[in-house]
Amino acid sequence: MIQVQDLCIEQGDFRLENIGFTVADGKYGVLMGRSGCGKTTIIEAICGLRPIRHGQIHLSDREVTELRPAERNIGYVPQDIALFPGYRVRDQLAFSLVVRDAPKRQIAERVDHMAGLLGISHLLDRRPEGLSGGEAKRVALGRALVPRPEVLCLDEPLSNLDEDINAEMIELLGSTIREEAVTVLHITHSSREADRLADVRLSLVDGVVV
Amino acid sequence: MVGVVILCSVYILLIVLMVVADIAYTDTSTLLATLRDPNIRYAIVLSLGSCTISTLLSLWVAIPIGYLMSRFEFRGKRWVDAALDVPIVLPPLVIGISLLVLFNYPPFAWLSEYVVFEIPAVILAQFTVACAFAVRTMRVSFDQIPERYEHVALTLGCNRSKAFWMVIMPQARFGVLAAATLAWARSMGEFGPILVFAGSSRMRTEVLPTSVYLELQAGNLAGMLAISLIMIFAAAVVLVSARMLGMEGGKL
Repeated sequence: MIQVQDLCIEQGDFRLENIGFTVADGKYGVLMGRSGCGKTTIIEAICGLRPIRHGQIHLSDREVTELRPAERNIGYVPQDIALFPGYRVRDQLAFSLVVRDAPKRQIAERVDHMAGLLGISHLLDRRPEGLSGGEAKRVALGRALVPRPEVLCLDEPLSNLDEDINAEMIELLGSTIREEAVTVLHITHSSREADRLADVRLSLVDGVVV
Repeated sequence: MVGVVILCSVYILLIVLMVVADIAYTDTSTLLATLRDPNIRYAIVLSLGSCTISTLLSLWVAIPIGYLMSRFEFRGKRWVDAALDVPIVLPPLVIGISLLVLFNYPPFAWLSEYVVFEIPAVILAQFTVACAFAVRTMRVSFDQIPERYEHVALTLGCNRSKAFWMVIMPQARFGVLAAATLAWARSMGEFGPILVFAGSSRMRTEVLPTSVYLELQAGNLAGMLAISLIMIFAAAVVLVSARMLGMEGGKL
């Protein structure tokens, strides 16, 4: 579950106030709104990457408002993907488990499983500069899902893709999320993505989520 | 474009001609005699050793400060930024005098007899200037790495320190190499602060720039040029090696 209550965020002249919404356990929430209205700010606050003035954030019945990002059990795919330069796809996927000092065998199994699920097994030895846009987005999704987060935050994860690839990625995203049984908050401008994926549709209009 | 090429060619020609003139003026026997001189050999060893130590110290200080200045906003940041540039702006002699005066006051005065006019003074004088250039280089290097990588690493289970070492430092490695090269080159050419703060005692605090000065004072132009050629050779070896190391990333 993602529950945001009375959230207030200030950054210079920009201000979001009284933001509140809920995405129930296992549901797929899609947040839409005009460019620059603060969607990314909200997702970064949920991830613990942006300080908030006041309000409460609950993830899976646990208040995480004061917790560090690493303690929130959250997956995050930013708009620019941000695959780590120099890391092979295998290392990108394994990153979160290596950080947690997981056993090598467990890391290999989870990486292979995720690569199979996302159809990127043949890319495991490539580096980010050798990937297409669609492939890079699959890797970023896999990297976020490997540590089995309870909540996944996706910031326009399917933007800048050809129409065919976009349609294919929507299907893949839907099936992967069902397989991993994770609660999702997905930011997009695309009604098609919202129509195909959303259980809960949210809109950010004039600083209010409706 | 043609104008830029001509301008560039003229400048490179000036540098090459200066070196060629030094070589033309120096004969082999003077060069060999200079290399056999125990004082010069001591100066070569002290120069290479002190430059390397001051470079390592500069990196040790410049990497965290460069990261702090690049990533964090805090009250008084502009003043800190200006303070970090002081060693770049000040005339080198003033830095030497300031260090000398500083070691007249406690707690520095307690260490004065082990530092002033001793080898540590050579290293400290080199470090004071070189570190400022290393900080500037590291800050620019960190500025060029988007913060988003750290954000993703934090959500993947890293704390700030792990995110820095696992995600940021691998991307900043060519910046580290550039900072090290610059710090080493600055240290190698440092003269004013060393003369004032460490003195120019033979077989004690004499580094190669000091040797050039001492030969100049003795009116030995040929010896001075021979030492200059040794410095040019040492600097060329280090700079070319650093660039070859950096070629993989194409950043230098």
